[in-house]
Amino acid sequence: MSKVLELRDVSVAFAVGRTLFSSGRMAKAVDRVNLELGEGRTLALVGESGCGKTTTGKVAAGLIKPTEGLVLFYGKDVWKIKREEFNEYRKSVQIIHQDPYSSLNPMLTIYRTLSAPLFRHKLVSSKEEAVDMVSKLLETVGLVPPEEFISKYPHQLSGGQRQRVVIARAISLNPKAIVADEPVSMIDVSLRLQILHLMKDLQRKMGVAYLFITHDLATGRYFARDGYTAVMYLGTIVELGPTNSVILEPLHPYTRALLSAIPEADPEKTRMKKVMELRSLDVPSLLNIPSGCKFHPRCPFFIEGKCDKQPPERYYVGKDRWVACYLYE
Amino acid sequence: MAIAAQREPVIVVRNLSVEYLTPRGVVKAVRNVNLEVFKGETLFIVGESGSGKSTLGFALLNLVPQPGYVKEGEVVYRVDGKEVNLMKLPPDEQRKFRWKHASMVFQAALNSLNPVLRVWDQLYDTIKAHDRNVSREEAYEKVRNLLSLVRLDADRVLRAYPHQLSGGMRQRVMIAMALLLDPHIVILDEPTTALDLLTQKNIIEVLKNIKSKLHTTMIFITHDLSLAAELADRVAVMYAGRIVELGDVYEIFYRPKHPYTYALMKTVPKLTSVDEELYPIPGSPPDMVNMPPGCKFHPRCPYSADVCKQVEPLDEWVASGHLVACHLWKELKLEVRAP
Amino acid sequence: MASARGLKRVFRTFVVEPLKIIAGSKAGLAGFIGLLLYISMAVFGPYIVPLDTRPKPEKRYLPPSWEHPLGTDFEGKDIFSQIINGARDVLFVAFMAGTLTVLIATLLGSIAGFKGGLWDSIIMAVDEVLLTIPQFPLLSVLAALVRLNNFTLAAIIGVLSWPALARAIRSQVLSLKERDFIEAARALDLGTRHIVTVEILPNLMPYIVVSWILSMTGAIYSQVGLVFLGFVPFTSHNWGVMINMAWTWGAIYYKTSVWYILSPILAITGFQLSAILFARSLENVFNPRLRG
Repeated sequence: MSKVLELRDVSVAFAVGRTLFSSGRMAKAVDRVNLELGEGRTLALVGESGCGKTTTGKVAAGLIKPTEGLVLFYGKDVWKIKREEFNEYRKSVQIIHQDPYSSLNPMLTIYRTLSAPLFRHKLVSSKEEAVDMVSKLLETVGLVPPEEFISKYPHQLSGGQRQRVVIARAISLNPKAIVADEPVSMIDVSLRLQILHLMKDLQRKMGVAYLFITHDLATGRYFARDGYTAVMYLGTIVELGPTNSVILEPLHPYTRALLSAIPEADPEKTRMKKVMELRSLDVPSLLNIPSGCKFHPRCPFFIEGKCDKQPPERYYVGKDRWVACYLYE
Repeated sequence: MAIAAQREPVIVVRNLSVEYLTPRGVVKAVRNVNLEVFKGETLFIVGESGSGKSTLGFALLNLVPQPGYVKEGEVVYRVDGKEVNLMKLPPDEQRKFRWKHASMVFQAALNSLNPVLRVWDQLYDTIKAHDRNVSREEAYEKVRNLLSLVRLDADRVLRAYPHQLSGGMRQRVMIAMALLLDPHIVILDEPTTALDLLTQKNIIEVLKNIKSKLHTTMIFITHDLSLAAELADRVAVMYAGRIVELGDVYEIFYRPKHPYTYALMKTVPKLTSVDEELYPIPGSPPDMVNMPPGCKFHPRCPYSADVCKQVEPLDEWVASGHLVACHLWKELKLEVRAP
Repeated sequence: MASARGLKRVFRTFVVEPLKIIAGSKAGLAGFIGLLLYISMAVFGPYIVPLDTRPKPEKRYLPPSWEHPLGTDFEGKDIFSQIINGARDVLFVAFMAGTLTVLIATLLGSIAGFKGGLWDSIIMAVDEVLLTIPQFPLLSVLAALVRLNNFTLAAIIGVLSWPALARAIRSQVLSLKERDFIEAARALDLGTRHIVTVEILPNLMPYIVVSWILSMTGAIYSQVGLVFLGFVPFTSHNWGVMINMAWTWGAIYYKTSVWYILSPILAITGFQLSAILFARSLENVFNPRLRG
């Protein structure tokens, strides 16, 4: 099974505090991230807001160029290949955004939005063919009968329906991978599972791989239950492994803190959970990233002299699991 | 088991209906709601967007924004042995009642902190506005205590402007502000959305602290079931403007009687229940301007019968304290988890 | 036939649909009809109501009557015909100046917003310089230097009014660029030309159209102001000139002659009002969301 995408030591840095008089400092939104996505597989990228997961997703989709590191598409460095090959890669990795209200052009009908890529990439050559294909796409995502939706504008559809159109657009070019950035966060709870099941269905039918980005660990765990989960903190992946083992047996102190802190929709379980005490209540921001291991100011297992000096490498602990923590050296 | 609150109602809502006038038509946001809130309890009103939960929360303080209005019904407070119908009071009496007896913590998005005032000034102003005789020292003591209750460093926070504090800190300041006048009741509207996960836990601990130390009656409005699982004594589930089920938190989560509640419990992924099967709920929430006849959930309910399509169910008591609005609850043996 | 059908469709989307929407709001309809009246006045007026050019001192400052609906001026000439004939110049300059402003502003604002970098810096620098120069004095200086006719006046006003609008368009483009659907278009490799024309421009149209109409109203003020101050040698039936003459000849002091100054002012105000009401309903035309 080949690797659709691989990110090797990818970093995305940006300047902070740039004025006319100083060039400011560099802060890393994404810091030496390593991950890979196999064909037809699912990788959940979880973390709190601001941890860099969205940026990582955009790097994977080729929308942002990393300041360091490699982005490999079927083994090829996408930022070094020719224009045509790069465009092929771009088309093969699509993106789904979280806000169904801003991911569709409000001025275009559903037909125009969905037919644009079909015409552009010569998948259809006439209006009849386009209407046919767009109708099929709408049916695939459960918007039936297609005639009812095809000439509507986005504001005439509900949030859930819009998200389905977004998914239809994403699969229209038969991509190899889809970066789904919080695809159901802005959708009502009772409707989320419909969308998630649709996505899984498409995965089975089309063999598409998912990079599922979310801050909602429960949803991420469910969607990626047959795949892998990577936990991100301030731009670094602190833990990566098969989803169920990461969630049920977390190794990194941050993952453990997170899991003990998140309330669960099960009163007995959640009230009996013992919360891991952190050393400090301060929430660091990207503007003042701690030295060494980024979690050290809050980590209850902090080792003075070690954790605050150099950031740990990622260590392999067996059973397909990686942890970036000195405890597992 | 959930902590049994003293069964003395502090708020009684009778037959409350709230509507909004929109260009498309009249939205019946809250329809014939009957509710009693007991002293010292933590009640959660849960529902999705369009369920009417926020409107109900605002209506409790008679703060329904335009173009909304209370169509009928009343909200009666029982304070100091007297009954107070909030909506019947003149406006400045209402204002005095609010914040002193019942206050509200708004969603982070509707941040009620004035960006050009320091935190101390805002808190002090609020105290002075309600009681001119309070001295500066007394106010300071009060504020200090409250801030430590919400786990904030008074010296650091009081001097700051709101934008200098993180989202979580601002939310805690708002909670402290809601407690300034020792209200009996606090209403919190989505208090933890837009906060990062570890801070959410912080706020939850703060709220638990308040609950155990001050015994304030707390009413939460949220769509987050896990928050309810964590903090609630009782849960009221709202759908299409009505409370479809109301009961003890464990009953609601493990032995729900209403098909909607049951469906919700089976559609929400739980973090560590890795083997649980989940089921999507078909269809979508009703159009609040043109609602279907009968029970509003019937188009999506797998058990709906003819009566459900025609007649809207009334509230029925299942057991002491447990209310359901469903024609078929007796026949359905719904169980999320065996006892 | 395909072309006949296509033509019918174009007609429907660009003429019938918008008209229906405009008719939907009373204010918009009023504005639209008002503008139509003014345009007819400008185009056909002079043929229907010829200019009264012969001075008749005995008819000086007559109040409104059937023969002279707006009275007469200080030379006994009919005011009504002057208003009708004056429309042409005023509206022509307004239209030219407004169009020029919008074209320049859209082009430069879009380039600055979309391309960013050096282009952005240069365009914005020029923009800032022009904004800091007080417009009216500059206008006056230029008016004194350049040989003025309708075209040059329109050109000057147009060239001096683009900075503010360009800035606004640049902001719009910048914020549009960040929208998710633009990012999706990039991911689908739809190409720069498509993104600018199909994704961005339609979203700018409501803003551009409304700005176009407001530019025209602004141009009228500039025009009339210049003329009123006597910088521009123009024909006597130009509305601005009429105001000037009325002022200098003391028309405001007499009850019967006040029509000489009121008429052009009302004419201008009427046009502005129609334009603004129309502009507001145009927003509905271009924004599918507002259509419902």
